[in-house]
Amino acid sequence: MKKQTKDNLITYGIVIGAFVLVQLLANTGHLSSHMKGLLVPVTYYAVIAVALNLCVGILGELSIGHCGFMCVGAFSSAFFSKVTQDSIPTGPRFLLAFIIGILVAAAFGFLIGIPVLRLKGDYLAIVTLAFGEIIKNVLAAFYVGVDSKGVHFSMKSASDLGLLDDGKVIINGAMGITGSPQNSNFTIGIVVLLISLFVVQNLINSRQGRAIMAIRDNSIAAEASGINVTKYKMMAFTISAAIAGASGVLFSHNISSVTASSQYFGYNVSILVLVYVVLGGIGNIRGSVIAATILYMLPEMLRFLNKYRMLIYSIVLIVMMIVNWSPKIIEWRKRTFGKISIGRRKETA
Amino acid sequence: MALLEVNDLSISFGGLRAVDDFDITIEKGELYGLIGPNGAGKTTVFNLLTGVYKPNEGIIRLDGEDITRKSTIEINHAGIARTFQNIRLFKNMPVIDNVKVGLSERYKYSALEGILHLGRYRKVEKEMDEEATRLLKVFDLEGEKDTLAANLPYGKQRKLEIARAMATNPKLLLLDEPAAGMNPNETKELMETIALVRKEFDMTILLIEHDMKLVSGICEKLTVLNFGRVLCQGDTKTVLSDPEVIKAYLGE
Repeated sequence: MKKQTKDNLITYGIVIGAFVLVQLLANTGHLSSHMKGLLVPVTYYAVIAVALNLCVGILGELSIGHCGFMCVGAFSSAFFSKVTQDSIPTGPRFLLAFIIGILVAAAFGFLIGIPVLRLKGDYLAIVTLAFGEIIKNVLAAFYVGVDSKGVHFSMKSASDLGLLDDGKVIINGAMGITGSPQNSNFTIGIVVLLISLFVVQNLINSRQGRAIMAIRDNSIAAEASGINVTKYKMMAFTISAAIAGASGVLFSHNISSVTASSQYFGYNVSILVLVYVVLGGIGNIRGSVIAATILYMLPEMLRFLNKYRMLIYSIVLIVMMIVNWSPKIIEWRKRTFGKISIGRRKETA
Repeated sequence: MALLEVNDLSISFGGLRAVDDFDITIEKGELYGLIGPNGAGKTTVFNLLTGVYKPNEGIIRLDGEDITRKSTIEINHAGIARTFQNIRLFKNMPVIDNVKVGLSERYKYSALEGILHLGRYRKVEKEMDEEATRLLKVFDLEGEKDTLAANLPYGKQRKLEIARAMATNPKLLLLDEPAAGMNPNETKELMETIALVRKEFDMTILLIEHDMKLVSGICEKLTVLNFGRVLCQGDTKTVLSDPEVIKAYLGE
């Protein structure tokens, strides 16, 4: 078996292993309801970390607006689910919600990618940050309602929609979407995570993925080798946005009211996901999943320490940074653990 | 018909005519040298030939096909591959993947097949692997095929860059100062590599070089550039003994 295939299988194995373990704990009553409530968030943060790693680690473009795509995916799918709540059975509706969330996020990724990918480095990061904020703030000003005449739209207030008696408000401005069905569960989250891992890891090992990484390493040489730089950049960015959209679908179907607030989709959340990616190892997909899990669970598990928990969290961040990036530690890890690596996939000289 | 025919090629940057009325004709199978003092416009000529810069005037024909003002990608597909003065490898990728990037415009499958690893994926990837290994064997790099390109020694990085260029299956290979920064031993090895490329692939090569031992050793014809203009053109011996060339470049 090729080394890459083996590596990929290990990643799937870790995810499935963790899933089985958690299910066992839950079924034997060892998980508190608080812990159970964290399981779905862990999966969608892991999914968006994988998406962001595709953009930051594989494409090499620093995006700090990925929560914008998550937001788009969350709203479009919740909108669909709420409208069709009574007309389509749960299973197919949730599947369709995923397809809609992913497609809408991909479309936004494509459209935003056109101006953004002309930029480089810090400039690109700033513009993605701006787009992420724009998406969130525009959505917070939307009022959309549905009645027997069709869809009504306003940017003033819910009463301006002019709905008939049978109508209902779907998106209520800053109040967002309330009462959409909650279909997400841990199993579905794990399935989505496995699918996004499958997509990203397979992409890396294809001619498209190699073209994307070639652009990351040296775009001038890539172009001189006949690689269409714009096309592959767009491809990576769009796929990344689509996966972020999938995490948004999981998110919006996990809570009772989806609001376009900074608490869920602000730049600090985008930065948090970036922290998962950087500490898990840039370009290391498996590391992103592990880092997202540990770093999301940790502050929650440390709640009993009250005011010291953020202190411990920050110490863990520093320790993870050193373990994953310090050359001496990487060397020591290699000597001690041999081939098991949770750090960077490829070390540069 | 000549493989590469360039007529009256000119480009100006502001008021500076960096390349002025440049002509060159390269027949198939030739090893052609482009020499001249620093700042004469040699690399600019390469950038014009590969579409990095668009010329103000002039025509470039490759194998009879007009490639003037085409994009870098189109020119690469038309059959010109190049290496760079300062090595530009895909440093964080293994050696074999560097070559596979060069191959990827010839061995195709769709993005969907790439993501799902279905359809033509397995077959084409296998062919790519074989072809890449074959190329690496020619350049004596197959032992390092899983090493990261950044970790190769300098001489091998140069070789890999040539191997990657050859992977795009070019008609004409442009080498920009391949011996820059090499010690005499490495230069000797490079000369052997270039001779091998010619023999193995029947390749036409245009190279820029400052190392006169290499130039006089392997080039059949030379063009000397000075201040963007052609100073002298012809077979190596005649050119190198031309008094104008000695005065402008080689030194009396």
